[in-house]
Amino acid sequence: MPVAIEGIFEKYQRRPDQLIPILQDVQKEFGYIAPESVRHISRYLRISENQIFGVSSFYAQFRFTTPGRHSIKVCLGTACHVRGGATLLEMLERELGIRCGETTPDKRFDLERVACLGCCALSPVVQIDADIYSRMTVNKLSELLKQYE
Amino acid sequence: MNKLKKKISEAKRKWEKIEDNKEPIIYVGAASCGRAAGALELITETDRFIQENNVSARLIQVGCIGPCYLEPLVDIKMPGQPRISYSNVNIGLLSKILKSHLIEGTPFSKAAIGNFSNDTFMDIPPFFELPMLKPQMRIVLRNCGLIDPEDIDHYLAKDGYQGLMNALQTSPEDVIGVVRQSGIRGRGGAGFPTFKKWTVCRNTPGEQKYLICNADEGDPGAFMNRSLIESDAHAVLEGMMIAGYAIGASKGIIYIRAEYPLAIERLKKAINQMKEYGLLGKNILGSRFSFDVSIKEGAGAFVCGEETALIASIEGKRGAPRSRPPFPAISGLFGCPTIINNVETLGTLPNILRNGADWYNRIGKEGNRGTKTFSLVGKIRRTGLIEVQLGTTLREIIFDIGGGVQKPFKAIQTGGPSGGCLSEEFLDLAVDYESLASAGSIMGSGGLIIMDEDTCVVDVAKYFLDFTQKESCGKCIPCRVGTRHMVEILDRITHGEGVPEDLLTLRTLGDTIKKGALCGLGQTAPNPVLTTLRYFRNEYLEHIRDGRCRAVVCKDLIEYRVIKEKCTGCQSCVRVCPTGAISGPRSEPHNLDVTKCIKCRSCYEICRFEAIAGDAIVIRTAEKRS
Repeated sequence: MPVAIEGIFEKYQRRPDQLIPILQDVQKEFGYIAPESVRHISRYLRISENQIFGVSSFYAQFRFTTPGRHSIKVCLGTACHVRGGATLLEMLERELGIRCGETTPDKRFDLERVACLGCCALSPVVQIDADIYSRMTVNKLSELLKQYE
Repeated sequence: MNKLKKKISEAKRKWEKIEDNKEPIIYVGAASCGRAAGALELITETDRFIQENNVSARLIQVGCIGPCYLEPLVDIKMPGQPRISYSNVNIGLLSKILKSHLIEGTPFSKAAIGNFSNDTFMDIPPFFELPMLKPQMRIVLRNCGLIDPEDIDHYLAKDGYQGLMNALQTSPEDVIGVVRQSGIRGRGGAGFPTFKKWTVCRNTPGEQKYLICNADEGDPGAFMNRSLIESDAHAVLEGMMIAGYAIGASKGIIYIRAEYPLAIERLKKAINQMKEYGLLGKNILGSRFSFDVSIKEGAGAFVCGEETALIASIEGKRGAPRSRPPFPAISGLFGCPTIINNVETLGTLPNILRNGADWYNRIGKEGNRGTKTFSLVGKIRRTGLIEVQLGTTLREIIFDIGGGVQKPFKAIQTGGPSGGCLSEEFLDLAVDYESLASAGSIMGSGGLIIMDEDTCVVDVAKYFLDFTQKESCGKCIPCRVGTRHMVEILDRITHGEGVPEDLLTLRTLGDTIKKGALCGLGQTAPNPVLTTLRYFRNEYLEHIRDGRCRAVVCKDLIEYRVIKEKCTGCQSCVRVCPTGAISGPRSEPHNLDVTKCIKCRSCYEICRFEAIAGDAIVIRTAEKRS
């Protein structure tokens, strides 16, 4: 078992209600929930792998594929929708050649949609890694992507 | 208790030093929205400026004061002068402001929007007299943007934890009595009287009871709870303690969205400070009340805002709701009596316990007491976080506070995806739980989205339903299958493939889902469709009958055109077109091949941006296809 996972388990008791916090920590550590991680969690918490997949696939936060070097999140909250967020997502899908939820083959970007980043007054917004870019347009976004390698 | 009183007098002295400052203070609004607008860069730049010019000044990070459209906000308070607020500050403007105000001592009046005294100061009006703020009544938001949310002393100096001290001096039953008398109703959306829930929980025997703060603010377009926690976390925590004392809970849990990292960080800091000050733990302030608070991060599921789903999620399960009864107040988390209160309800409690039930009962209107916070967004001039008395009309909110719309007003959506879309005729409707319900909408958690004539209501209804459909947990059939069918029908309509019978089907489906769904998510999901069908029927008919979208939003019903007379042939659009749909030599009007056009908007944006070309590219509704 990887040391990192052991370190996570040490922080949590062996109780089924600790499953979600453990999954969150695993994702923070590895970037995604790998099948091996699920196996380890299953042994530790003594609940089936199926059950863990059932819970983790229910929540939007968890991903099961490796993330890209940069994560793009397009906000599709109401305010962003009204101001053209969907057009931004379409443009990204076209330009990167991937669908929402996927990672580019060169692992440069992964693309996701979020329901609301809570910056509605600055819509439409796009988040790349930890930075939030406000009042985006198709052309500005296209220029912005060039800054990320 | 005495130890805290000592801390309070220390805190008050500390606050007086800020009020009566000897050296300049610079305030930067650095909640999430301010940060998105660039507040962090301003902080770095200010620090650099202070060091470079060798000025002695203090920088305080405050939360969100409300008018998001003015972000980022930087305030400066010189000794002996009121605090002056500057809006829409960028790096260039900041150095001008700092130079003028900090070094030369004269406010940079061009960018100043308000001062924090009661009078006009050097032609700068009082901040709270500005049109957006004047009609508001700030109770929950009273400290937001004014204090440093990461410093418990600031909160204490503003009479923080006074409500808790008052509560601890009476019995839990008396606290419930005060809350009953105040008339406050749950601010999470449904408006259930807070005291009723509490009484049931209080009277249910149980060794262990839980108090949960619901900060799973999932409504797209709503950010009131995030702003409150980021700007005044202690108010929410104090509210939790009062509630915990009243119902007899010794454990408090904050269930908060993982998408709010700053709010989580501030809560963690606040909890540590409370421990330091003896406000958490065993026998708090020498009473018999013991209380602890922990934080649970949500993992991204809208349905977890529903009480029973939230409980399932904390228990480590899929966030699926269950049928009630038993209500959580009798059997909730791990089978123990549990009360779940919304962030805003909890944030209001300290004020009620501090100022008394009679004070609160005079605010608002009969049956709808107190204030409500709203996030005002969409196609409106002044966006932001506001707080008004219940009973204020939509017109006052949109036009007096929000400054109206730039293009003709079309609709207002209250209550997020669970609410309804109201047309112009409802502008004089009072915002209270019953009036909104009678119009087919709901109060909801407080998102207000304004739409103008550029917004297609069919598209918006589809957007909301698509959202709830994706967030449906799939447990009950009306919600899982019904919303799916509704989305499919709406999708057809927006593609110009609708048939007149669709409208009746939508209504029947909507009514059935409302009656048959298990939880609040399903029961309210059809609201946006049902209200738009009622108030904007013509727009649906235009989509179906004429294949026309008057707001030019629905992609299949619109086309892009070059106006030859206006086109200067500057080639900007040719360069950005990803599919080569636009062609033509330089200096000659361009051609746009509609069969190649994917309507990505690139050319439209660049054409409006390049001043020479002007608005040569237009989007218009297409002719009806045969």
